[in-house]
Amino acid sequence: MQIEIDEISKEFGPTAALHPVSLSIPSGALVALLGPSGSGKTTLLRILGGLEYPSSGRVMFDGRDATGLTVQDRRAGFVFQSYALFRHMTVFENIAYGLRARPRRERPNEAEITRRVNRLLDLIQLPEIGKRYPSQLSGGQRQRVALARALAIEPRVLLLDEPFGALDARVRKELRQGLREIHDATGLTTVFVTHDQDEAMELADRVVVMSMGRIEQVGRPADIRTRPATEFVREFISA
Amino acid sequence: MSDVSFTRSEVRPAYRKAADETPLVKAVLVLLVVAVLAVLLFAPLLAVFAEALADGLGASLAALSQPEARSAIWLTLAVTGVAVPMNAIFGIAAAWTITKFDFRGKALLLTLIDLPFSVSPVVAGLCLVLLLGANSSLGGWLVASGVPVIFALPGIILATMFVTFPFVARELVPVMIEQGKAEEEAALTLGAGGWRVFRTVTLPNIRWALLYGVLLCNARAMGEFGAVAVVSGKIRGETATMPITIEMMYNEYLSVAAFSMAALLALLALVTLVLKSLLEWRYADQLSASARH
Repeated sequence: MQIEIDEISKEFGPTAALHPVSLSIPSGALVALLGPSGSGKTTLLRILGGLEYPSSGRVMFDGRDATGLTVQDRRAGFVFQSYALFRHMTVFENIAYGLRARPRRERPNEAEITRRVNRLLDLIQLPEIGKRYPSQLSGGQRQRVALARALAIEPRVLLLDEPFGALDARVRKELRQGLREIHDATGLTTVFVTHDQDEAMELADRVVVMSMGRIEQVGRPADIRTRPATEFVREFISA
Repeated sequence: MSDVSFTRSEVRPAYRKAADETPLVKAVLVLLVVAVLAVLLFAPLLAVFAEALADGLGASLAALSQPEARSAIWLTLAVTGVAVPMNAIFGIAAAWTITKFDFRGKALLLTLIDLPFSVSPVVAGLCLVLLLGANSSLGGWLVASGVPVIFALPGIILATMFVTFPFVARELVPVMIEQGKAEEEAALTLGAGGWRVFRTVTLPNIRWALLYGVLLCNARAMGEFGAVAVVSGKIRGETATMPITIEMMYNEYLSVAAFSMAALLALLALVTLVLKSLLEWRYADQLSASARH
């Protein structure tokens, strides 16, 4: 799905989290929103997911205005920073949640739900963990379960908030590869937020560098490295 | 690792952890707590039961089956049966409002929820009488339309609700703050509506805190004296709850009857405690699973 962000701004009380920003994300792209904390990258991601409404501006999904669409109607798969797995449900029930939440006539039957959940568990290469609870999983496993849960609703776009933030360096490398593979396999338009420039440069086709609620530069990783557009970008990527 | 003998625990010198106390201090502290518990809790409880059974179990049961006593028991059960569920609902609503939304006056609301803890129950009862008693315009109208509140069941329920309001909310607020909104947001992005999110995510996550709150609220509701004494008018066999009947009987030197009912009231509270312990023991795994994560 192609996403068009048109002059989106967001104020929280007197503070502006986002000055009007515009951005065009082509269908099937893997995009990183890169910036330090407070740069507005998470706010932008949450606006795309429908968890915040913009103060002004429009969001277009495939040319259709999606600004007023409720979070439920957006069908955006969202992976939260601390994964936000339902702690009282098994991994299986976590992944099945979105399917069970559908209106009755669109809800798949029990056999179909089991089939889909098992397919997703295979996709994240954890076929055996369906009966476990989130507290019994490692950080890396939780992250992959959160990804599977988001994919279960057959999302139109995949949004990830600091997906590797809470993991140690070795697991992080592995999961980066995992996300790349899932992106390539599903062809989903994918946007992830990170403050780690290596992660953004290595994983994304396109990097959006943000600072203080503004977009500083948009480009391929190589272009941003060789031709930083502003002083901020030069300093941030050399840090 | 240079000295192998030191890896065997019996030859290791008895180092203490930094936060540990000496055995003497520990023993003194434990003894102190046990002594206080014995004097303040166990001795009075024993005395109540001993006094209740002074003339044998038969006399005690006979005293409890007097019409006056039976009316008091039913009244107390009825009042808690209404007040506790209502306060559970209001408590959830208040905790939800405070923890899930940001708004002005949030700190004030938190303080207001605690108000019943700091206001004397008698004062609370008097406020209700002033507002809804037959001498006020609202109360006069209520009496005229056949639903008197003061000196009647609605007043007793209102007074009990006022006094026990904070328990559920107080239990829920810290738990809900700690859990944050992320799981609810996740459920929303997966397509669930508000009611479904509450039923399948919020409620299961707060169920233990909710249970504790309800049990505390229940114990307090059954035992409330001051506020109820003011609004009920202490009409024998009609508006006298268990604690009030106990006091009236005691003042009339009906000691077996008074202490039998006191023992029953204490027993009801003990049952709640046992129930809580049983649940904790039965669901220990789930409890720790939901606490970790």
